[in-house]
Amino acid sequence: MRVNFTVNGRKQEADDVWEGESLLYVLRERMGLPGSKNACEQGECGSCTVRLDGVPVCSCLVAAGQVEGREVVTVEGLADYANNRSCAGSSCGTTLQEAQGWSAEGTDSQTGEGTELAPIQQAFIDAGAVQCGFCTPGLLVAADEMLERNPNPSDADIREALSGNLCRCTGYEKIMDAVRLAAARQSEPEGV
Amino acid sequence: MDFLRPASWEEALAAKAEHPTAVPIAGGTDVMVEINFDHRRPEYLLDLNRIGELSDWEVGEETVRLGASVPYSQIMDHLRTELPGLALASHTVASPQIRNRGGVGGNLGTASPAGDAHPALLAADCEVEVESVRGSRRIPIDAFYTGVKRNALAPDELIRAVHIDKADGPQQYSKVGTRNAMVIAVCAFGLAVHPESRTVRTGIGSAAPTPIRATTAEEFLNAALDEGGFWDNGKIITPSVAKQFADLCSAACNPIDDVRGTASYRRHAVGIMARRTLTWAWESYRNDHRMGGAA
Repeated sequence: MRVNFTVNGRKQEADDVWEGESLLYVLRERMGLPGSKNACEQGECGSCTVRLDGVPVCSCLVAAGQVEGREVVTVEGLADYANNRSCAGSSCGTTLQEAQGWSAEGTDSQTGEGTELAPIQQAFIDAGAVQCGFCTPGLLVAADEMLERNPNPSDADIREALSGNLCRCTGYEKIMDAVRLAAARQSEPEGV
Repeated sequence: MDFLRPASWEEALAAKAEHPTAVPIAGGTDVMVEINFDHRRPEYLLDLNRIGELSDWEVGEETVRLGASVPYSQIMDHLRTELPGLALASHTVASPQIRNRGGVGGNLGTASPAGDAHPALLAADCEVEVESVRGSRRIPIDAFYTGVKRNALAPDELIRAVHIDKADGPQQYSKVGTRNAMVIAVCAFGLAVHPESRTVRTGIGSAAPTPIRATTAEEFLNAALDEGGFWDNGKIITPSVAKQFADLCSAACNPIDDVRGTASYRRHAVGIMARRTLTWAWESYRNDHRMGGAA
């Protein structure tokens, strides 16, 4: 079957989609967007978290046909999505080509430099919250959504918001630091 | 496999009548796991996401009409006052991502004894509104669960909504698992105090082939509360009464040994949860009672 939906602000079309296919599979294998990770395929690990009409969901548990006409934001479009949010919507989204070419690696040797990053992504780099990196995309999407909803989260709020994302490397402390850092930066007045 | 995308409730009923083996999918948090793992290859998937009314709720005089697909996160955010037990249960469901998709209709459709909503629904009391092209009917929750992962639905019926009694007193919910998030219940317990009818109702999850009420325990407790004048004097529940209630709740269980826990542990834990939830809920009732009396 064919599925038409919006990915990172741009209309896309997926063809020859199998009826039992997940949104995650469509994103990774048909759109060439492997940022959303495929691990447990049962909604336990959160590494495939995307925004579906703004709401964080496990894309492995959304049937591809269910996204017809709906809006999906993946980690590849997160920088643009966050930017769009902070300057109240003048952006035109992220093309598939841009998204496929997106990388946290900059043009020089410094990780992240020269690349547009969402504040939460920059905070993860600055706080050293990335180890093997597999859980990172899901955590970024989940954490970004929480900061949008709750700009001044308590530690309990952060733990709750990230309770559906498993990390097997860092023990979560650096991840907590990163989210606190992003929250603190977000609450700083403009231009300071 | 065919993917059916009805745009309205009527279309969904027609599709289900034409293809009774079609598997309804809303939040997908159960169905997609089975498909991803190749445990299930339904001939038809019946997507209910386009039917907006399934995600709506209505607060009435006596009951809340909760659409089958209202996500758990919405129940937590908007219905904590009317449905406190179900809101507490919703908060124990998996993770934010899952709570954003899953709803009570899925729990009822799957009818797993481990579904988190069941003990709260049993304790609050509710009716499940189901419909087919043949007509609509309401199934009392006490008659809904018919076996392990079986319910009273006919093959051509779909769950439309649940009519849950609004809380007229304190409600509590408790769940045992290895951690706070992302766990299937080892066992769970729901309790609702109903001052208007002067009864206490219970619900037990994951400790019998189906979600059940501890009816003998309820009868004992209701008689003891009545005889002791507890509803009027607002006294603390006698420890011996609480203990007997807990023992009868344990006795109501018919659990199995499995990877998540042993039968004897489940029986034990249900007793503990019964005593605790009763104590918490009764404490709230006494406080409300005292404030009511003083006013």
